Amino acid sequence: MPDVAAGPPPAYLTRHPRVGQWIGIDGDRIIIKPGKVELGQGVVTALAIIAAEELRVRPERVSVLPTATDTSPNEDYTSGSFSISQGGASIRAAAAALRSLLLARAEGVLGAPAADLEIVDGDVAHGGQHVSYWDGIDDEAFGLAISDIPARGAPAAKPPSLGRLDLAAKLTGAPAFIQDLDLPGTLFGRTVRPPAAPRRLERLDDRRARLTPGLVDVVRTGDFLGVVAETEEAAIRAAVALSQDCVWAASPHEPPTQDGAWMERAASPPEVVYERHDAAPRNSVKVISAVYRKPYIAHASIAPSCGLARWDAAGALEVWSHTQGVFPLRRELAGVFGMPESAVVVRHAENAGCYGHNGAEDAALDAAILSRAVGGRPVRVQWSRADEFGNEPYGPAMQVQIEAGVAEDGAINSWRQEVWSNGHTARPGRGQGLSLLGAAELVQSDRLDDALDPPLPYGGSLRNAIPLYEAPDVTVIRRLLTQTPVRVSALRSLGAFANVFAIESMIDELALAAGQDPLAFRLRQLSDDRARQVLEAAAERVGWVTREADGRALGLAFARYKNSGAYCAAVAEVSGDHPLGISSLVLAVDAGRVVSQDGLRNQIEGGAIQAASWTMKEMAPVYDGGRPSGWADYPILSFSEAPSVEVVVIDRPQAPSLGAGECAAGPVGAAIANAFAAAYGVRIRDLPITRERVLAAS
Amino acid sequence: MADDIHFKLNGQPARLAAAGGGMLLFALRNELGLKGPRFGCGEGHCGACMVLVDGRPANACDLPTSAAAGTSVVTPEGLGATPEGQALQRAFIELQAGQCGYCLSGVLISAAALLRREARPTETQVRSALDRHLCRCGTHQRIVRAVLSAAAELADA
Repeated sequence: MPDVAAGPPPAYLTRHPRVGQWIGIDGDRIIIKPGKVELGQGVVTALAIIAAEELRVRPERVSVLPTATDTSPNEDYTSGSFSISQGGASIRAAAAALRSLLLARAEGVLGAPAADLEIVDGDVAHGGQHVSYWDGIDDEAFGLAISDIPARGAPAAKPPSLGRLDLAAKLTGAPAFIQDLDLPGTLFGRTVRPPAAPRRLERLDDRRARLTPGLVDVVRTGDFLGVVAETEEAAIRAAVALSQDCVWAASPHEPPTQDGAWMERAASPPEVVYERHDAAPRNSVKVISAVYRKPYIAHASIAPSCGLARWDAAGALEVWSHTQGVFPLRRELAGVFGMPESAVVVRHAENAGCYGHNGAEDAALDAAILSRAVGGRPVRVQWSRADEFGNEPYGPAMQVQIEAGVAEDGAINSWRQEVWSNGHTARPGRGQGLSLLGAAELVQSDRLDDALDPPLPYGGSLRNAIPLYEAPDVTVIRRLLTQTPVRVSALRSLGAFANVFAIESMIDELALAAGQDPLAFRLRQLSDDRARQVLEAAAERVGWVTREADGRALGLAFARYKNSGAYCAAVAEVSGDHPLGISSLVLAVDAGRVVSQDGLRNQIEGGAIQAASWTMKEMAPVYDGGRPSGWADYPILSFSEAPSVEVVVIDRPQAPSLGAGECAAGPVGAAIANAFAAAYGVRIRDLPITRERVLAAS
Repeated sequence: MADDIHFKLNGQPARLAAAGGGMLLFALRNELGLKGPRFGCGEGHCGACMVLVDGRPANACDLPTSAAAGTSVVTPEGLGATPEGQALQRAFIELQAGQCGYCLSGVLISAAALLRREARPTETQVRSALDRHLCRCGTHQRIVRAVLSAAAELADA
């Protein structure tokens, strides 16, 4: 099939141009080798579907090789909703190239052009003669460059349907996660850290910990402190004893103040990052100025981080990690230990969903340090719940100031937006080599690399900071915060959550001020048909008349993730009887060509419910100086509180596939705020929207 | 040995050394090799390590091994041998009720106990039974639907 949806070749195909770097044949199975990893989002299944679709085989025939630095192409991080748009495009191109090779061989044997061949699950037929994919092709063919292989099409096929490949193991209690990997002789490791590490270790008395039966060693290197034991219980007991018998220096970071005054002190001068001034300014008849705030939010993965490592006699390091990027982690580990990257192998193993940069890579380094201290024996480090809440990087707090005006004709006239935020990514392999807690502790530093703020067009703090609405006069300014009062890094959707929450709340406020219906107000000022269509689809599904009709109170919001990814509109409905106060969410999504209908819906549903949890419940209480230590300190949405979610999918088979894992967050946050405004006439601009805040504002 | 802890594990006789003195979760995972109960918080808050003890769901992470003596313990590995477990596994596959899946094995344990107790639970009863479990991926609604669907299948059988 001529691939109208392919677009330009993904960057990673340029780096790994050969067929065999991405795909292979083993007996009667297709093996794909993605560089993107399973984070619970279902990407491995989606990639198998893509390969099966291109090769016209049953998806059950496709196996997915776990990602590792010694066998997989380097696709950098699995992040930013690029797994389908980039990783999927790589696998699609490789699978199409393999199909072309297989069909070229079949053409020769069957004496007919590819277009006339019938392909059924690897069996290629013409005029009663058959050739099988599984007869194989020359090994040399896998060394060919994908871009050099003349395309041989096949009749168009719909993407096959395939359930999650990893689900059965997770329903039957089979080993499925990094915690379940058992290498012969694996020892149990625990680290001992205060919250808000790295901090200097001032005093340590390890005599009590050393009496723990089953202890192998107490490991202190610089300010790194940990234990290795024969049993998990012994490791925990020794770690608890050590934590009681050591003294840590105070954190060098000044805690932020509740009133946001610290932001004023920490902010860089205003930096104009986007402006357009299309027409001579008109007078605005209404101007609204407002500040929207989002607190620090924890990734709060259900399982704390875990790492497994061993060293061989020749000094090579092998690490298992639930990292989002095996290659960047390899680079960081090699740097920490001063060894060549070729002497380090990092293998991906699943853990609970991470939704961004949590403690995964810290735990991997912890395991490597502890294993090295016990002669290279395999050590699995399991962080405790308190370790994770105490030291995972949080999604940065943000403040978004918007001043916007509408002209006499009711159109948006001017828009000035200031985004106050720390950088949004402190991922390993990106900074100056001090991105991991253990790395700083080894060299006795009490500071980590600052989080970087990715530039537009995708942006970190600026992700979705430029409104898509037509307005003649738009200025977007960044106030980058140079101090990091608490460790921060990437959390699902980065700055988009706060920016969309702010923009879409402001749009609602403007519509109200202009006396217009929020749906009509949006539709009127969006020129992109696909944007308008998701709004219309969501509105139609809920039977939108206006924000309050028939005793219902609805809130609406829209965004196109990264301003270049999936389109998403959300409608939230308030119900005073519901435990959460929000009884339902209806979303409409356009992610281009859909790979897996159900996989897409699952991601949207999950993203919506997680965003509802952020919006209504979550705030990491760093303001009081103490980080949460357990779930009691950081409640997330419960089964009884979860609102219903309905998803309308607009499939566009002719358009490139767009990642969708993060597109729901911002629209859901703003839709909820707008629904509360419709229901109670209160405008909550500080997240989370707690009952107390709603009552105080009423 | 005489002071070993004897109990039934997924229907079979099992034995643990009493000297360990630890929590059932680590004994199951590290000594008996059953990885189905997952380590989530170690504090009995998240439900990832849920097992059935004499038919009742219990967090294995804060249950001392000694408390298992003389009981019948069912882990997620053993659920497939029960009608409730089978119906739940089928329904969860059918509705693709999972994302990362870390919470699922514990969720199935609580759901199986509920279905054993209540042949046709209401949606509110399902949610209330699952409130001992945390799900971070936002798969709540699919999970609730899958439990209700399994209940319907069992009732129709």
